[in-house]
Amino acid sequence: MAITVRIPTPLQRLTNGQAEVQCEGKTVTELLADLERRHPGVKERLCDESGKLRRFVNVFVNEEDIRFLQGDQTAVKEGDDVSIIPAIAGG
Amino acid sequence: MSYMIGLKCRECGRLYPKEVINVCEYCFGSIEVDYDYDAIRRALTRQAIAARPPSLWRYRELLPIDGEPTVGHASGFTPFFRAQRLAEALGVEELYLKDDSVSHPTLSFKDRVVSVALTRAKELGFDTVACASTGNLANAVSAHAAKAGFHCFVFIPADLETGKVIASQVYRPTVVAIEGTYDDVNRLCAELSAKYPWAFVNVNIRPYYAEGSKTYGFEVAEQLGWRAPAHIVIPAASGSLITKIAKAFKEFQLLGLIPQAHTKLYAAQAEGCSPIATAIQARSDIVKPVKPKTIAKSLAIGNPADGYYSTKAVLESGGWAEAVTDEEIVQGIQLLGETEGVFTETAGGVTLAVAKKLIGQGVIPRDESLVLCITGNGLKTLEPLVGRLEAPMRIKPTLASFEANCADAVRSATKR
Repeated sequence: MAITVRIPTPLQRLTNGQAEVQCEGKTVTELLADLERRHPGVKERLCDESGKLRRFVNVFVNEEDIRFLQGDQTAVKEGDDVSIIPAIAGG
Repeated sequence: MSYMIGLKCRECGRLYPKEVINVCEYCFGSIEVDYDYDAIRRALTRQAIAARPPSLWRYRELLPIDGEPTVGHASGFTPFFRAQRLAEALGVEELYLKDDSVSHPTLSFKDRVVSVALTRAKELGFDTVACASTGNLANAVSAHAAKAGFHCFVFIPADLETGKVIASQVYRPTVVAIEGTYDDVNRLCAELSAKYPWAFVNVNIRPYYAEGSKTYGFEVAEQLGWRAPAHIVIPAASGSLITKIAKAFKEFQLLGLIPQAHTKLYAAQAEGCSPIATAIQARSDIVKPVKPKTIAKSLAIGNPADGYYSTKAVLESGGWAEAVTDEEIVQGIQLLGETEGVFTETAGGVTLAVAKKLIGQGVIPRDESLVLCITGNGLKTLEPLVGRLEAPMRIKPTLASFEANCADAVRSATKR
């Protein structure tokens, strides 16, 4: 089951320049683990030493911030769109 | 002559060239402009500043451009004055207003950030500028882009006040109204900025843009007689203005332009959108995003970019925060109008109402210098006031009709 993950510009070097990649998983955490398997190095950029998403990284599932859903345990399914977006923008 | 050395990640300290970059490529931390303060110290004195034209560019050495300013020559250096009648109403001794409601040309403090951003955008070779906005920024980007000859796209939530939409349209940008909140607009712009070769002022050139807000703080210090106030109440949307006013006072101290100051910063938000005030009151550095619901649409950012940094700045200063209801916001607008003759937008109503609340709680002392930040103009946000103010007395054009209908008002004016 393929889920589209949109990759922020700073990480596109790790995805061979691709702005979108396909990944699998049942939750955001599983999805990020799969992203790391396919594109090694991505996870340490997105997560701190304890494995939690960094303070300045926002993740959206179908345009909704996962902090309004179930955080990194938010369920994802085939056809979903996931965006990883730097938090420092706007205002 | 440039005093800008480069860019630096505020979190991990990585250095970057002064190009188009808005977050650290490694840790996604905030990017700050790094200046050569030794060179600035030699160039910038009180006398040098005071001799320059009254615009935000009088602090040019402390702004992130390489060449000469090309945008916003008439922006900034807005009125700053003692507010005696408001001080009496609030029961404080030394109160001042910094009034950006009359900023040239678009009547909000956003003329500052946009003057800097568009000057820098030109230096970086952009021909198209854009922004994610709750209204005031869209007005400023549209106006300055028109004068400077940029193509312009502004992205706003679809439910903005009519005045704020028209005050962009008149400059003929492409206005894109998005069915969603400001936070949706912001997310979309972050994605668009990766795809289109445009300068999104508050996304991909945000490090330069945000520095423009320092000029608000520089002016407060200069106009107060080269000193920082003891207390300052600042409206918070993204929280950026708070961090930049704090930085402005710190830079002036570092350069010896003002004496050591310990200004306490206070964040003002609306109850319907108070992620920053909530974090401050919890003394926490975790800013939980919210879904905004308030008449103060210019402050309706549920997921504030500088939430973390502004919370830190306020707590480190020994300041505090409050949130106020829509009703209190309207009362704040009216109080400022009837005591000081200044018509501010909803954000100014928030600042007023929060100041009143904090003074009432004894958090802000009554005998120390206090500045209130008025950042926008009331003519842009008329909707919340419709039907809320004293209605005009409608009469026939005769003396008899006046005396029959307005007797009470005449009596109370005579008594005064």
